[in-house]
Amino acid sequence: MGDLFNRFGTGLSTVFLTLVMLWLAGMVLAPNLMMIDYALRPNLPPAALGGPDDTYSLANITYLATESVHRVIFFKTIWASALVALVTFLVCYPIAFWMAQRATTGQLAIAMLLIIIPFFINEVLRTLAWFILLAYRGPLNSVLMGMGITDAPIRWQGDGGVLAAMVYAYILFMLLPIFNAIESLDRSQLEASRDLGASRWKTHTRVVIPHAKAGIATGFVFTFMLAAGSYVAPSLLGSPGSRWFTEIIYNWFFEGGDWNRGAAYALVLLVLCLAIVLVTLRIARVNLADVAK
Amino acid sequence: MTGANKIFRAVFVMYLAIFTLYLFAPLIIMGAAAFNESRFPTVIPWQRTTLQWFKAMWADAAMWQSLWTSVLVAICVVVVVVPIGTAAALVLTSLHARARSFAYGLMVSPLLTPGVVIGISTLILWRQMGVGGGIFLIVLAQSTYIICYVMLMVMARLQRFDRTQEEAALGLGASRMMVFRRVLMPFLKPALLASGGLAILQSVENYNTTLFVRGFETPLTVFIATKVRTGLTPAVNALALVIIVATVIGAIAYEVARRRQAARKLP
Repeated sequence: MGDLFNRFGTGLSTVFLTLVMLWLAGMVLAPNLMMIDYALRPNLPPAALGGPDDTYSLANITYLATESVHRVIFFKTIWASALVALVTFLVCYPIAFWMAQRATTGQLAIAMLLIIIPFFINEVLRTLAWFILLAYRGPLNSVLMGMGITDAPIRWQGDGGVLAAMVYAYILFMLLPIFNAIESLDRSQLEASRDLGASRWKTHTRVVIPHAKAGIATGFVFTFMLAAGSYVAPSLLGSPGSRWFTEIIYNWFFEGGDWNRGAAYALVLLVLCLAIVLVTLRIARVNLADVAK
Repeated sequence: MTGANKIFRAVFVMYLAIFTLYLFAPLIIMGAAAFNESRFPTVIPWQRTTLQWFKAMWADAAMWQSLWTSVLVAICVVVVVVPIGTAAALVLTSLHARARSFAYGLMVSPLLTPGVVIGISTLILWRQMGVGGGIFLIVLAQSTYIICYVMLMVMARLQRFDRTQEEAALGLGASRMMVFRRVLMPFLKPALLASGGLAILQSVENYNTTLFVRGFETPLTVFIATKVRTGLTPAVNALALVIIVATVIGAIAYEVARRRQAARKLP
């Protein structure tokens, strides 16, 4: 801190510190604390606020455990998000390896450009693109029926559609960290592995993947978190049978009119995401500072 | 090359082709459907090529209103995030190891928070003070995490800054304010411009956070998502195509400018 004042003088340093405090205290900490406060209080009519019923309890959170529909959707969101992360990894890994170790400079530049372009386009539009592609009387079903693969159109809306669109939306978050990690692998290690008689599969499981562990963990963490917190894909591509936890939260706020329960659910989502992030990073021994790159 | 290798190679090329198709087919179909007369946006069957949906989009007053809302929000976000993000980077780099890693964790935490939670917590805090959803809260909620991006970009640039330049300027009699304005700021300028551009992009495309704090405002992303659910016509595709073309042109222009600047520095 002394360093800051030495470098910029009192006036500027005060301005900097004030701005940072406005952000951290006013925009990061205060909203979260208020959300926790809301989550722990019952939903009361204005007249009863501050009255004898206005006490802290875990009732809103335990409600999630007892309400079976919400509980099922909660666990489904977790495993579906993990599935999204896994599928995204399987789709991205070969490309990342090829880009990092096999592609020529020219190929790499083109591949990077092709991968980045769709990600400049916003998530709602990307989801809309999938909505059109997967429509009941849409292009995909027409092609499949034209090729004689199916006789009747398939209803893609629901879990399948949500999975396809989410994997699509998060490719970049998985691909770039893995690419960066594999790029730093010395090619001679791959040659050594092959010369010593390792199969292609073994080279990947024993040499490349352990080396790229940090990148893979980062990709998983980001993809999982984005999927679990996503609202647009499940709301546009889902069906009543594929509701997402964020949709339940939204309903508490704007349809059920119980902000306290909504806050409790949002808090559960936040804690879950932070826990997954920290545990995964701990397991993979990755530093938070490396993730943000 | 052995036979097994040949097969492997063929399979891999096929995988690359499918991957590319996966990336672009949805976008191309969405764009193409804007030119098809069919009332539901699709490309099969192709009824008749028409520009009527572009006209319909152009004549849609609600679309212009939502575009204006998005632009206004994006401008306000840039004004908020660039100074705060820069200040955060400068404060962080001057902290000592222990305090630094703690502050760093706090400062990147919005990136690890789901977007809906940022929207919800902002909404709750401000309702407590009697402020409801609207432009102000959208700007605030979006800024909460966009500041992180600015901070990271400015920090990356700061790492390459040679502080002896500041000492030299001080030695030559410049005031601290002058050193900041004439030495540090010009050095940071590329990072500030880049982070401003990124902030606009992030702001305009945000949906998850905005949805909760929008009040009665309808930014572009909300407008599009509502249309999808309540009455999708190819006019929305026409809008999508215009946005896509604009973003791609913007991205290419940005990249060209960046390369030109990098090339200028080499000799």
